[in-house]
Amino acid sequence: MITLSVNGASHTLDVEPDTPLLYVLRDTLALHGPKFGCGLAQCGACTVIIDGKAIRSCVTPVETVASRTVTTLEGLGSVAKPHPIQTAFIEAQAAQCGYCINGMIMTSKALLDQNPAPSDREIRLALADNLCRCGTHQRILEAVKRAAKRMGRRF
Amino acid sequence: MVTARTTRREFIKGTGVLIVGFGLAEPMRAALGQPAPAGKTVATDEVDAFLSIARDGGVSVFTGKVDLGTGIRVALRQMAAEELDVPVDRINLVEGDTALTPDQGPTWGSLSVQVGGVQIRQAAATARKALVDMAAARLGVSSGELEVKFGIVRVRADMTKSASYAELIGDQEFHLKLDKNAPLKKPAEYTVVGKSLPRPDVPAKVTGEHTYMHDFRVPGMLHARVVRPPALGAQLTGVDESSIGSIKGLTRVVRLGNFLAVVAETEWAAIKAAERLKSSWSAWEGLPEMDKLYQVVRATPVAKDEITVNVGDPKSALASAAKTLAATYEFAIHTHGSIGPSCAVADVRDGSATIWSASQAPHWLRRELSAMLGIPVALIRVHYLDGAGCYGRNGHEDAAADAALLSREVGRPVRVQWMRHDEHGWDPKGPPTLVELKGGLDAGGSIVAWQSEFWIPKLSAITDGVPLIAATLAGLPRKEAINPGNIFQNSAPSYPFPNAHALVHRLETTPFRPSWIRTPGRMQNTYANEAFMDELAAAAGADPVEFRLRHLKDPRGVEVLKAAATAAKWETRASPRKAAAKAAIAAGRGVTYVKYENVRTYVAAVAEVVVERRSGAIRVMRVVVAHDCGLVINPDGVRAQIEGNVIQTVSRTLKEELKWDRSRVTSVDWKSYPILTFPEVPEVVSVLINRPDQPPWGAGEPAAAVVPSAISNAVFDAIGVRLRTVPYTPERVRAAILAET
Ligand code: FES
Ligand code: FES
Repeated sequence: MITLSVNGASHTLDVEPDTPLLYVLRDTLALHGPKFGCGLAQCGACTVIIDGKAIRSCVTPVETVASRTVTTLEGLGSVAKPHPIQTAFIEAQAAQCGYCINGMIMTSKALLDQNPAPSDREIRLALADNLCRCGTHQRILEAVKRAAKRMGRRF
Repeated sequence: MVTARTTRREFIKGTGVLIVGFGLAEPMRAALGQPAPAGKTVATDEVDAFLSIARDGGVSVFTGKVDLGTGIRVALRQMAAEELDVPVDRINLVEGDTALTPDQGPTWGSLSVQVGGVQIRQAAATARKALVDMAAARLGVSSGELEVKFGIVRVRADMTKSASYAELIGDQEFHLKLDKNAPLKKPAEYTVVGKSLPRPDVPAKVTGEHTYMHDFRVPGMLHARVVRPPALGAQLTGVDESSIGSIKGLTRVVRLGNFLAVVAETEWAAIKAAERLKSSWSAWEGLPEMDKLYQVVRATPVAKDEITVNVGDPKSALASAAKTLAATYEFAIHTHGSIGPSCAVADVRDGSATIWSASQAPHWLRRELSAMLGIPVALIRVHYLDGAGCYGRNGHEDAAADAALLSREVGRPVRVQWMRHDEHGWDPKGPPTLVELKGGLDAGGSIVAWQSEFWIPKLSAITDGVPLIAATLAGLPRKEAINPGNIFQNSAPSYPFPNAHALVHRLETTPFRPSWIRTPGRMQNTYANEAFMDELAAAAGADPVEFRLRHLKDPRGVEVLKAAATAAKWETRASPRKAAAKAAIAAGRGVTYVKYENVRTYVAAVAEVVVERRSGAIRVMRVVVAHDCGLVINPDGVRAQIEGNVIQTVSRTLKEELKWDRSRVTSVDWKSYPILTFPEVPEVVSVLINRPDQPPWGAGEPAAAVVPSAISNAVFDAIGVRLRTVPYTPERVRAAILAET
């Protein structure tokens, strides 16, 4: 049994301890925000935030995060009540297939928490290991800049 | 004309099709495994195949085209809403369910709006006319006295007299053939077409609420992983099941000929089992040496020669030309590289099959599965669900075949998720392209002769699909097809030269199972033609834009070319740029023009690059695209497609190249098959030329065709060195610099 705190709720789960967190989130907890892209820590599709850091859940055994706080895309907001970053992505129409977008948003969230007003270059570097095949990059960059402005206004 | 049928009401109640919107409801309904509803026609000449109007006034539009992330989900609704005069948000779009939607062909070739949307528009226009006529009869006036707003037909002179679509037809069928003469709305009256409406799927996609193929589950479902041969043609000689006996949750090892897979209760058990399973295979080394690829291509037997342009007498024109040039161009093998590896769920039981797939061609997939499984087409239902971006025929259909075979074997629904190495290793590939060109200039610097030869694989039949891996490995029935798509397109140049000949050698074979990847053939052929055009411009000492205008007669072509040059602030002069040629870091600009498939969408692009001589690294800074696809349905949607086309093709041009040894693909992850990353992404500027009085043409591919040559031409402008092999890796650039100095 492993106890996991995800999006503010605690779950006690009967899963193999070496299972990557990604499959526990997707299959056991039905949280489909994080996506399987490579399983090799190369693409970022599976990104979640653990203790404030963007982490690749595809290579993170669930047993190693038992006592930590996991946030998934669902933990940021919903269609009814989106997080400002999600709103910015909607406004910029920053998704084609959208499969990579979980990683883009979660990585940007970790970035903006550290650096509320990043430059274009800083955003590009923060997202350098997040791959998008549809070529949505320009809109993703715009969305992160919009989000920074939006969130900046709130404080 | 209008009859109600009991099956109709059952259909509406039973499926909830008319009331569900996007998101979870539709796939969850499908998950319940309901049988195909009776009574809904899918015949492409029937209005009822494309649309229905419910008692509450809600409109359902049915399309065999699928979104794939392109935004047609909103564009098609706009086209229907405009002709019907109903608000867009009253339209529910049902996509790619073989039981409910007409077969409008695969979602390919930039034809979803141009063909699929135009069919839907005509169905809507036919329906609108019928509804107005019905209202006229009911209200006792002539049709000419009526107008439609928000789905309500009113007497223009007396607004109190009206009948709503819901009252006129609610829940009933039209029983009308598509009328190609049904009057279309005048473009000047458009209120919805031409607007950048947001896509309905984006909010759910950015919050984790959208159900992708990969997220879809059915009760009782098992997880499977495939174990592919270590060499493409290897034979399975043994499996040691005891090697994975200790894995908790493992259900079964399935072996059918050379098809091998593991099935388990959990994904992780399936992954571990696939990794650890010990199997033995025969040796196979049937692939060509990688560095001899283009020699092998040139030596491949020719199945058929095609001549795609034959004007004048290029041979004698070349012989008498003031100046002649010749060049050879090569374009590497590419993988689709979807960010999510292919995935499918299948439930095969009692001689019928239900399949959930992200396939671009659900109707085709149904036929291919029917052949493999020996189940009649009518007993197979394929449901489309959004997958990770698909830019042609990738692995989706193969994953569906894997899942179907496994479900039949284990008697339960099975979900197959390919791993990254399955996707990179086994998706069908964009074939290699080899092109030779000869050109002649007259004394005034105009092209008098153009001769080209292309070496590309043959096409057995476009409707053959692509042989399914599962069928091949398991030795099940399949068509022995070679189908790279219509890759001869754009082999003919986009200019009316006085003497021109293009000869396309269609080869018997190609090293890897081919299929179509975004802008298939059009990209490779345009690359060679337009880079060579630039070589001729340089030989003539002419500015590349001015040189193209010199040869272009088509006014729409002239306009896009000028629009791109203007937007890019093109500096008129011949290439290469003089001063910068010796600098350590040099900047340059290149232009390209194409008329897509020589018959439709016009595109021109200016690429601006920076080249570091010592390392050979190229950075594309900006790409300006001018785009005329006729009537624009959704401008932001077209812009998104242009951006995607450009960025993806910059990636393909600079970085991408399949790698292999004599047995297998060796570029099986993102390290060995790198794609463009954020720090390398150029700015994309798009200029849309909207022509409301013209037919709407495709936008999903054309802007990709212009990218490789625009970059090659820009590099030549910067450093005076011509790149003739895609991808332009730093090693290749360095070698090209060495070769020319
Ligand atoms: S799926 Fe985890 S990084 Fe690709
Ligand atoms: S939007 Fe499709 S991979 Fe990024």
